[in-house]
Amino acid sequence: MSTTEWEAVLTMPVAEDRDHIQGPAEAAVTLVEYGDYECPYCGAAYPIIKQVQARMGERLRFVFRNFPITTSHPHAEQAAEAAEAAAAQGRFWQMHDLLYENQQRLRDQDLRAYAEQLGLDLKLFDRELADHVHAERVREDFMSGVRSGVNGTPTFYINGVRHDDSYEIETLLAALEQAAAQDRGTG
Amino acid sequence: MTNTGVDQRATPLPPGTKAPDFELPWTPDQTVSLAELRGQPVILAFYPADWSPVCSDQMALYQEVLPEFEKFNAELLGISVDGVWSHLAFAKDRNLHFPLLADFEPKGEVARAYHVYRANVGTSERALYVIDTDGIVRWSYVSPVSVNPGADGILRALENLRKKGAS
Repeated sequence: MSTTEWEAVLTMPVAEDRDHIQGPAEAAVTLVEYGDYECPYCGAAYPIIKQVQARMGERLRFVFRNFPITTSHPHAEQAAEAAEAAAAQGRFWQMHDLLYENQQRLRDQDLRAYAEQLGLDLKLFDRELADHVHAERVREDFMSGVRSGVNGTPTFYINGVRHDDSYEIETLLAALEQAAAQDRGTG
Repeated sequence: MTNTGVDQRATPLPPGTKAPDFELPWTPDQTVSLAELRGQPVILAFYPADWSPVCSDQMALYQEVLPEFEKFNAELLGISVDGVWSHLAFAKDRNLHFPLLADFEPKGEVARAYHVYRANVGTSERALYVIDTDGIVRWSYVSPVSVNPGADGILRALENLRKKGAS
């Protein structure tokens, strides 16, 4: 979110077989968000990203990675693991959206209700959350963010470079369009 | 070192400098000295004040990254000019489990020794130091006061320490 004197770039490249991705691999611009499901700023960014996606269409690839700050947000880790458990059943984005649309209700029973709403295998979901099967994945996301200079949530990367400006829609869109133009220029 | 304006950042002690020793309280009856931590890397995180939003994010982030610091056997110490009672309440409220040292009396003395005191506002800079096992500064950085410097610089410095130690 802010400038430091060393260049803040994405240290773990986006991988089609690992990351949660919306949009085509050959899109001109890749936007990566490091986010926390309980963070109100991420909640504010959520509809903005939806609008940006609607306006840019197939020219944008959006990637979400977990960055739960559990000391401030006691439900963030379990919510992140719930999204990963949904991902294991092919429903990551549906869960991601439900979590951001219900940020005030992230207790364990709420997460279970969302899983039920999405038609997930609840036995599997419960077991994976109880055993923290996805904790390692969440931590890997988190540490990749730390190493890339994430200093708060949400932090965005546009084509691998940290976006240090505001994420208000017009500002973010302008930055994305600029990156798209550069991609055309060099590509 | 003089600060002529709010925007001008101090220049911290450079790598290779012997880290000035200090002994500061972090609870009403416990103190920490740099000398007693000789033999392990020490991270000093100077921050302007308990409770202000950016500081809180920074310290919350460090709490999350603490297990990574521990892999390097490094000790993380937060330092501000706040008193121990403020530190205790702040740590409890934010679930911070590392010492927050009170550079309270004489006010800012340790920040001054590390060239990161802002006399015009009476707090320290937002500054980071990584000190090696022999008590020598190996990395230092002053961030703009309103900017959370993150943890990537600290981790890189700890890795460099380990590489040097191994060679």
